[in-house]
Amino acid sequence: MHVQSMHFKPRATAALADETLQSNLQKFNSTGFTALRAKAVADFGPGLFEKLRGEGAAIRDRALANLDAWIERFESEATRRGATVLFAETREEACELLIDVCRRHGVKKAIKSKSMLSEEAGVNEALEAAGVTPVETDLGEYILQLAGEPPSHIIAPALHKNKGEVADLFAERHRAPRKTDIPLMTREAREVLRGHFLSADLGLSGGNFLIAESGSGLIVTNEGNGRMVTTLPRVHVCLTGIEKVIPTLEDFSTLLRLLTRSATGQAISNYVSLFTGPRGALERDGPEHMVFILVDAGRTGLVGSDMQEMLRCIRCGACMNHCPVYRAVGGHSYGWVYPGPMGSVLTPAYLGLENALDLPQAATLCGACSVACPVKIPLPELLRGLREKQVDRGLRPVKERLGIRVWSWFARRPRAYALAAAIGAPVLRLLGGTDGLIGTLPFGSEWTRGRFFPAPRSWKTFRALYATRRRSSGGT
Amino acid sequence: MSEFYITVWNGPGRRACYDFFMRVGLFVTCLVDLMRPSIGFAALKLLEDAGCEVVVPAAQTCCGQPGWNSGDRRSARELAEKLIDEFEDCSYVVVPSGSCAGMIRAHFPEVFAGEPGMLARAERLGSRTYELTEFLAKVAHRPRVSASFDGTVTYHDSCSGLRELGVKGEPRKLLSRVAGLKLVEMEECETCCGFGGTFSIKYGDISSEIAERKCAHIAASGAQAVVLGDLGCMLNIEGRLRRRGDAKTRVLHVAEVLAGEL
Repeated sequence: MHVQSMHFKPRATAALADETLQSNLQKFNSTGFTALRAKAVADFGPGLFEKLRGEGAAIRDRALANLDAWIERFESEATRRGATVLFAETREEACELLIDVCRRHGVKKAIKSKSMLSEEAGVNEALEAAGVTPVETDLGEYILQLAGEPPSHIIAPALHKNKGEVADLFAERHRAPRKTDIPLMTREAREVLRGHFLSADLGLSGGNFLIAESGSGLIVTNEGNGRMVTTLPRVHVCLTGIEKVIPTLEDFSTLLRLLTRSATGQAISNYVSLFTGPRGALERDGPEHMVFILVDAGRTGLVGSDMQEMLRCIRCGACMNHCPVYRAVGGHSYGWVYPGPMGSVLTPAYLGLENALDLPQAATLCGACSVACPVKIPLPELLRGLREKQVDRGLRPVKERLGIRVWSWFARRPRAYALAAAIGAPVLRLLGGTDGLIGTLPFGSEWTRGRFFPAPRSWKTFRALYATRRRSSGGT
Repeated sequence: MSEFYITVWNGPGRRACYDFFMRVGLFVTCLVDLMRPSIGFAALKLLEDAGCEVVVPAAQTCCGQPGWNSGDRRSARELAEKLIDEFEDCSYVVVPSGSCAGMIRAHFPEVFAGEPGMLARAERLGSRTYELTEFLAKVAHRPRVSASFDGTVTYHDSCSGLRELGVKGEPRKLLSRVAGLKLVEMEECETCCGFGGTFSIKYGDISSEIAERKCAHIAASGAQAVVLGDLGCMLNIEGRLRRRGDAKTRVLHVAEVLAGEL
């Protein structure tokens, strides 16, 4: 996927000015996943859910603490059951391995269920270049493939589009009369996709988790397309990140309870598909060949670092659903595969700090993300840590760094500070005029473009007034 | 035997003495000092009314949060050490701001990670640091609320107070004792107002848009005033309310309402 993460600010500004997008986001924010999650947590019992979050975090930490060993265990169990396990160090290598599989099996058409890693690696472009036609079958992803757009949310990829936009798109691309009834539109897409399901040579899925003890891959879906993708074609490739390995199915049962409740507020998703090896001798369906491509693409760089907690992520999307910035600017502003708080940590971590300068900064550090996170990733702390790395590497503007240094120079010198404040208060108060509101703030036009800056209410600072009061009351 | 006394002193003894004498250090915060001195005096009055001996260290300035959140650990560390020096001899530190109290309690230990001596001092101070309403509701012996307010208010939960310190019921409990005051909850009272410290001047448009949504919720609540516990949110929300043409809805700090100093 084309990286645009260095252009966050202009993209966000454009998103704020896009009325259609804003109305689509507004609908998502008011009727969307946060309310569903809140209800699911209330039904489950808030105290119990808290406990479950702790267990989820502990499971992920245990898996990550011995990641290499669990990956080896997964590899040997999956191989023993007839699957092939391949490893890719980079996103490019992931595409090469996949194309290699396609060549070996004479693949002309590949159907896909949702895989964020395939977005990371730009799999669709790579397949097309190699003469293989990729077809997205997740409804949201299918819409975006027709529109030629990247996803804007990790589990609801097309939430930035409204029904009318999709109706126009279907009418144009399906060459069919325009429909605005959602069940009818869905049926139309199903009819188009049905042909692809039956004629595809390869099914490409992601993997929510990989189970080390059984060598199984696993997807959590709602539309049923994942079942088709993983069972109908001759070859099934599961493409996912190496950090997705967990020790046991028991671990998965805990994580599943967290995942669906945090993502969509469901107690369980419509489908939970577990795939273990290719079709067996006595089995009537399933692929002839089953391949796992496990991709590193920056993940081992986080293992053992101060950012390891980020690898706990189970891709539920709760952090972005609760993020005031994401809710205002939408996912495309972030410029890469992963938006919102988790993306603001992952994008600089995977693509380099210098390629995503805004992302760690574009957060109010309000903490709503970490409170919602099912595996307790301390996202604000990680963002703060990235800010520190930016400062250490000289990646912040001189003006900003100097500003903080000047502030702290004064703050360490109470007399100088008191003097500056004694001058600042009346100056700002004068700027505020009779209504006490500053319309244009020197050095603060970003503030006053959308707001007034309320002026100080007193000519004197608290410290000055307090000192006067102490003197007059005979204190020291 | 002397070890026994040290153990008792470090354990329940010191805490008992703190509780008995209630020598409270008021950390006014830089924004109250400069922008709204009356909130500092309201906090002072509330603490004195609650029977505390209040000291206001004269050399206090900033808790170091701007540096900490901007990735400048050195600046944050210097100011954190200064604050610890100034407030260490108080039984409690009380702050009329959730975010500054959160900086001291939740983040000072992170600032001094890897420095055992300073870390211990930071943790000791952190464990005795409270946001104003939290202190009045949970620690103070006899909090007195004798104020009155004629009208309906809604409460905005500031992010740090709510999520770093767990302040939620305390301000509401205290406000319920204000004669004549009616509290109505707005939609999304726990959602950020968009201030975010330097975020508000780095990403002004996004910040203003988030503030706009908060203002819409405030307006929809029908309250005559929004009450809150943090200066950053206060300036942000007031600035946006006035810009969107709302000259009537008041933006009040919880200390002013509780002290009846409006």
